[in-house]
Amino acid sequence: MAKKKKIEALVMSQKMLADGILDMWIATPLAEHARPGQFIGIYPIDQTKLLPRPISICEISAEKDAMRLVYRISGKGTAEFALYQQGQHVQIIGILGDNGFPVEEADGKKVLIMGGGIGVPPLLELSKQINSKGNAKSIDIVMGYRNSDTFLGEDFKQYGQLHIATEDGSVGTKGNVLDAVREEMIDADIIYACGPMPMLRAIKVYAAEKDIKAFISLEERMACGVGACLGCVCKTTKKDEHSHVNNARICTDGPVFDALDVEI
Amino acid sequence: MNTSVNIAGVSFKNPVTTASGTFGSGIEYSEFVDLNRLGAVVTKGVANVPWPGNPTPRVTETYGGMLNAIGLQNPGVDVMIERDLPFLEQFDTRVIVNVCGKTVEDYLEVVDKLADQKVDMLEINVSCPNVKEGAIAFGQNADALYNITKEIKKHAKQPVIMKLSPNVTSIAEMAKAAEAAGADAISLINTITGMQIDIYRKKFVLANKTGGLSGPAIKPVAVRMVYEAAHAVNIPIIGMGGICNAEDAIEFIMAGATMVAVGAMNFHDPYATIKVVEGIEKYMQEYGVEDISDLRLIVDKQ
Repeated sequence: MAKKKKIEALVMSQKMLADGILDMWIATPLAEHARPGQFIGIYPIDQTKLLPRPISICEISAEKDAMRLVYRISGKGTAEFALYQQGQHVQIIGILGDNGFPVEEADGKKVLIMGGGIGVPPLLELSKQINSKGNAKSIDIVMGYRNSDTFLGEDFKQYGQLHIATEDGSVGTKGNVLDAVREEMIDADIIYACGPMPMLRAIKVYAAEKDIKAFISLEERMACGVGACLGCVCKTTKKDEHSHVNNARICTDGPVFDALDVEI
Repeated sequence: MNTSVNIAGVSFKNPVTTASGTFGSGIEYSEFVDLNRLGAVVTKGVANVPWPGNPTPRVTETYGGMLNAIGLQNPGVDVMIERDLPFLEQFDTRVIVNVCGKTVEDYLEVVDKLADQKVDMLEINVSCPNVKEGAIAFGQNADALYNITKEIKKHAKQPVIMKLSPNVTSIAEMAKAAEAAGADAISLINTITGMQIDIYRKKFVLANKTGGLSGPAIKPVAVRMVYEAAHAVNIPIIGMGGICNAEDAIEFIMAGATMVAVGAMNFHDPYATIKVVEGIEKYMQEYGVEDISDLRLIVDKQ
């Protein structure tokens, strides 16, 4: 595992992808060591804001030393990030999240990738890597959105069979990602998922009922991002490695967990 | 130029250490920082048995600071002895273990178990605002503080630092109680109890409702309390509360601190501790300070 660093990165481009959803490429040598499902912290330039904002990595270009970050404006920190233009220097910390999505688990399997809302972006690099490895039997990608703002849809189409669910029914299945899975009768041997907690809970139940291995990515309010402060814990079924109290640190022991290992 | 300091017969190569709970047991930040360069590492609080801590959300940002209500999640002293102390032993730095408990007996069990360990000092946490039993109950009443300090001093093989809470009417009175009971040093301040409400969800942000405020927002309060404590007692003080850089650290020393600790700033800048060490040296060179102790309470000599 590469050493974590706080370093300066350069904004290469930024555009709005959908209402309140930003698409930013940054140049950083940290890209070389990044894996799908991992994240970085971005520090606001406004010094009254101390803490790095955890932002998932949407795409990695190791050869260009660059990564793509697709994030939602969800507070004052991300509102500041949304103003950045090409050439802006930002302080970042990474690579965070020692346990990303296990790409190798897809080998020989019917893969089902499910994302909801701002949980969609980190699944893009995962889809890309599973697709380029070429060992999966099939790749079904089911993305859930609020409305017809189906951001990153075109990107996902390159890497698997894309299915869309929207809350308002404007595109694809009306309902959530599992409604789409059932409607389209998608069969799977392995699930990768990221999205809001109610969606992940439903996927955990669905995977258990069907006896499918599921890897889910969790989030929680974080402070340090490196496993020291014990702010971002989740309940685990086994004793956690750090405190032995069934509270794993999402920032370092995750953010991706086997659904059977966490109580959500 | 001398940056070394001495507390209760323990010498430190420089006055810079870490505030308990912000630096784990050093393992996580050793990826960023050469621990050999620190005066000491103060560990996350450890109890006699593992503590699960509070429900999440446990942390939130505030203007110039943050609130936390971790609730002292820790693996217990046995794991610390087996895993964390051998790790810290590899480094040429002092080790100060922060001790927490629900009852006096809990504290004493930890203190006894650490007696034969390679630990330079003990810091007794009687000031965590985020746990319902113990901790702060001993730190907000001078008699209770006196009594627990006295008990701990009977058992402790290492010098004892009592970590004081700012959530009191008179910090001088608390400092005096600790000194009278035999404490070798005091450290202050722990976090200031605060609260944050999400007006859109109409709910408390922290699951615990209240949390401890730390970060640069609390620094002037901390400097004032260190100054008051320094005039109330003769034992050394480890000052902390919002230290971001060497200037802040020097301010605490001028207010009466012998050592200083970097806390929440580690989350903003994982290299902060080293920058404070280097900045103090630079200040001493630039202003012709021969001994760091010459700066202590210099404001009273002007």
